[in-house]
Amino acid sequence: MKQFTAFVKKEFLHIFRDTRTMLILLGMPVVQIILFGFAITTEVKNIRFAVFDLSRDQTTRQITERLAANRYFTLVADIDSPPEADELMKAGKVSMVVVFDADFNANMLHTGEAAVQLIVDATDPNQATTMTNYATGIITQYLQELSAGSGAGATLVINTETRMLYNPQMEGAYNFVPGVMGLILMLICAMMTSIAIVREKERGSMEVLLASPVRPIFIIIAKAVPYFILSVVNLITILLLSVFVLKVPVAGSLVLIFLGSFLFILMALLLGLLISNIVQTQVAAMLASGMGLMMPTMLLSGMMFPIESMPHILQWISAVMPARWYIELIKKLMIQGVDGIYVMKEFAILALMVAVLLAVSLKTFKKRLE
Amino acid sequence: MGAVSVHEVSKSYGKTEALKRVSFDADAGEIFGIIGPDGAGKTTLFRILTTLLLPDGGQATVDGADVVKDYKRIRQEIGYMPGRFSLYQDLSVEENLEFFATIFNTTIQENYHLIEDIYKQIEPFKDRKAGKLSGGMKQKLALCCALIHKPRVLFLDEPTTGVDPVSRKEFWDMLAKLREQDISILVSTPYMDEASLCDRIAFIQEGRFLKIDTPAAIISQFGQELWAVEGDDMYTMLLDLRADPRVTSCFTFGESLHVTVREGTTTDQIKTYLTGKGHCNISVKVIEPTIEDCFMQITDDKANG
Repeated sequence: MKQFTAFVKKEFLHIFRDTRTMLILLGMPVVQIILFGFAITTEVKNIRFAVFDLSRDQTTRQITERLAANRYFTLVADIDSPPEADELMKAGKVSMVVVFDADFNANMLHTGEAAVQLIVDATDPNQATTMTNYATGIITQYLQELSAGSGAGATLVINTETRMLYNPQMEGAYNFVPGVMGLILMLICAMMTSIAIVREKERGSMEVLLASPVRPIFIIIAKAVPYFILSVVNLITILLLSVFVLKVPVAGSLVLIFLGSFLFILMALLLGLLISNIVQTQVAAMLASGMGLMMPTMLLSGMMFPIESMPHILQWISAVMPARWYIELIKKLMIQGVDGIYVMKEFAILALMVAVLLAVSLKTFKKRLE
Repeated sequence: MGAVSVHEVSKSYGKTEALKRVSFDADAGEIFGIIGPDGAGKTTLFRILTTLLLPDGGQATVDGADVVKDYKRIRQEIGYMPGRFSLYQDLSVEENLEFFATIFNTTIQENYHLIEDIYKQIEPFKDRKAGKLSGGMKQKLALCCALIHKPRVLFLDEPTTGVDPVSRKEFWDMLAKLREQDISILVSTPYMDEASLCDRIAFIQEGRFLKIDTPAAIISQFGQELWAVEGDDMYTMLLDLRADPRVTSCFTFGESLHVTVREGTTTDQIKTYLTGKGHCNISVKVIEPTIEDCFMQITDDKANG
């Protein structure tokens, strides 16, 4: 036991003395959460738009005002001809043009139908969809209010209603917090543990340690302990940041979130151990964990691209990505706030992965140099 | 019982045979030197004896324990200093020593007498990071760490490679003192001048032991007169001497050429021969052979059949 504590102490000294690594380890979650939460967001803000109003009546003016008053939209120009719209769009001054048909108000009152056209810059299709959704939402709401007030009833055009569940404002942060949690824990546990173990191999100190009375498995566990503790610190940092800075609520059970996270951390530590068993150099360890773990985690776990829209083969690959199940688990627990019963599947899959990795790591673990 | 006993041990990496049926016995309380060039198989042999590699064939015991079956016992009783410096560069001198004392289930105080002579020299720098020590001091610290648990057998793999001559001498003085503490030492080195400091040496080349004996016995077996030949144009002289059928061997050795000749040849005959080839300032002296001369002779014999 004294040997073990001496080992853990030594590992902590390594980490604390390497200030650069320390900064990366503790600073990264903060930077990532803030970056993903604010800068890199799928949420569309500050949509600049122009209005091409052919009728210029009471209704169109009110709709324009509604749009302009919304915090997502900014009215930048009131134009008189289609070429002007084209020019503004090309110059990047606006990303949406609202065109009201002639005699809008009259048409609406008499025939119950009036046409409004939304021209959007669809360079980024996601953004375009979001913009039209926002705008239609505002226009529909106005029409509903109008028809309710006038008693004109169902005669007015009503667009399909879209309701965004769990994330009514479609806030990007909701989606990214679980993703960042998966990414950071994976990075710290798998990458840092494997590098730390391989460093001893590369420097030759592993030879001395193996030729000592310390049981090899203790060497490995002692290496993992500091990274486990650091991961838990980061987990808490991320949760605090997302609740108090990004205002993402924790809807579900905190106990279950921590339990799931512990399982995932354990899995990542085992992955790191497995990598260190296989590779011989720090660079190889970094590449294996960087390319082999980080990239698939980012691309295939559903963090960036929805799994449902992937080709089948990628969906299968994503099924063996531990981060996918962890991210799903955290989404369910944190944002949907479901009960424990609904996350049994994710817990079971993660536990299975831990068991398999444990078996493989122990099998490939060497008590000698080869 | 011998400190180390090796019987017909072989080891291959793929198609490369690193050790070819090597056998030797090192007695308790002696400094046994393994002398040979880089790539001769020294490190492989050390790793097998320290239970870090499994031999492909043969048996080996360290302090009576089998390196394969009783590896746990051996790991309790040996001290090992690999060729690559393997202390933690970012830990201080004292932290390194403390760490190694703890993992070997002991404390610095308990065996301080063992390392005292060595540690006193580096103690003034005990708060300095190991990475900031000079090469000689690093080796002294590494030796302290390998010694702190009073091992029965000490394995030192090229401990003086990359160390300045003064520190090298100090290092060997320490080994001589450790022998008095009843610690058996197995040491490898590519430096021939260090060989004479061992009790017994084994020449190793291409995975084979060429000769095992005491340095004095090896030198006495040289059996030929050895000359040191010097002149102005050493390189042409080497070629000319090798071309002479009376010369049996000729090697560059520092500032001079070490030459052996057929029996009956005199120094004057060689001088006349070289003068005839146009060499100036020729000097030929009879000298005592060194371990390196013996090594060259033995490897030369092997190469010629």
